[in-house]
Amino acid sequence: MANRVVVTGMGVAAPNGVGIAAFRAAIRSGTSGIRYDEQLAALQFSCQIAGCPELPPELVSQYFTDLELRNLNSTGIVYGVIAAMDAWRDAGLSVEHLEQPDWNSGTIFGSGTSGISKFREAIYKIDDFQVRKLGSTVVIQTMASGVSAFLGGKLGLGNQVSTNSSACTTGTESILMAYDRIKAGQASRMLAGSTSDSGPYIWGGFDAMKVCTFKHNHEPEKGSRPMSASASGFVPGSGAGALLLESLESAIQRGARIYAEVLGGHINSGGQRGTGTMTAPNSTAVQRCIQQALINAQLDAQQIDVINGHLTATMMDSTEIRNWSEALGRSGDDFPYISSLKGMTGHCLSASGSIECVAAVLQLTGGFLFPNLNCEDLHPQISELISSKKIPLNDQECEIKYLAKASFGFGDVNACILFKKYDHE
Amino acid sequence: MNKEELILRLKPIVDTYAQDKAAMENLNDHTDFIKDLHINSANLVDLVLDIEEQFDIEIDNTSMEKMLTIGAAIEIIQEKINTNDR
Repeated sequence: MANRVVVTGMGVAAPNGVGIAAFRAAIRSGTSGIRYDEQLAALQFSCQIAGCPELPPELVSQYFTDLELRNLNSTGIVYGVIAAMDAWRDAGLSVEHLEQPDWNSGTIFGSGTSGISKFREAIYKIDDFQVRKLGSTVVIQTMASGVSAFLGGKLGLGNQVSTNSSACTTGTESILMAYDRIKAGQASRMLAGSTSDSGPYIWGGFDAMKVCTFKHNHEPEKGSRPMSASASGFVPGSGAGALLLESLESAIQRGARIYAEVLGGHINSGGQRGTGTMTAPNSTAVQRCIQQALINAQLDAQQIDVINGHLTATMMDSTEIRNWSEALGRSGDDFPYISSLKGMTGHCLSASGSIECVAAVLQLTGGFLFPNLNCEDLHPQISELISSKKIPLNDQECEIKYLAKASFGFGDVNACILFKKYDHE
Repeated sequence: MNKEELILRLKPIVDTYAQDKAAMENLNDHTDFIKDLHINSANLVDLVLDIEEQFDIEIDNTSMEKMLTIGAAIEIIQEKINTNDR
């Protein structure tokens, strides 16, 4: 029989809060993590605002040894390790160094790319005929699986240790892949999540594509405007989110605190057919992804109380709302509540799905809707479809039983996951 | 540079990578970087780069292969310094 899968631990390094307590407080109060970025300005980026987790060196040194910190130049690995180790400890699991690997615990921790600043450093040395001076740290920081490899060693993980990558879908996909593994009985515990580097070398390509806003450099906190009529592109972000997924059996056996249950979900692609391209979604595939997720979780569209959307603050936001509305067959006042975290964090790219899933699970367990920042001027194409009451502008108490979260990414890829409040039956 | 002075400058470099700090207390010519000090084999190249920088020498691949103990390291460093002086 298939295992039921629950969330027993969480960790996060987000632009507006590092650690679960700080992050919860930030999202409830609508605190923005978007700041003016002097480096982007100096490099003449169009978009000179961004979201980065604030990590004092004293905090980082609690997670890495002095030796590991020598020549460490991969923000994604730093964010990922902090979020994941926090999730592990939050689940009440030990970080004690044992000789035997933990055969029943693994990780699927995604990334878009790894150690891009380290890679830059290495390229300059290589081109300067200094390859022999690279040292031993380039490979482990620039291999895509760098973050999961670090975690595997720190926690002695003996089950699957891998990194997935599917652009901005990565985070949500990692959780569904980990869910599948536990459901199938291949592992008892999986650290799922994703990370994304900070800085000009990761964001430059997006700036060049003109998908980031250039209109709010003088007012960073107003820059990320999901669902707003004045949305003019996303604000680049970074960070990491992590969820410790566990079989219900193992969680009960350990007496672990259970945040929520993962009921299921679906991952698909639009094949870059129809309206789909490398960078735009095939709406048929998006709707199918949501519907297949419901079928997989044995839920009816009417049961969904809240949606935590992808909603990046581009022209695609109204398309996304239309896709949700058509997929669920719900509109106007009948539409579920919907929120986008990106108004506060910017678009954390490969980390967005996991950071937003952490927010979603906090919403479920805490029974609240966090405010949608910067969409006082709701886009008319959105208000045509759904009632503005369904897009809370302030923090509200709300009894939530079922929550849907979706992420979409370049390559025309989609993932939708369904969480249920755990009733401690 | 005499041997004592050389060891004095070598010790902090080795200490950065040594996992077995007790073995660091009893360094001698026979101390093996990997077996005794439990230095991660990948870190040996970093150790060599640090030595190159500290002593302003270049250690070729063949010498590097031989640098497995404190004694061997001292011998190679001395040899390279002498070559530089010539």
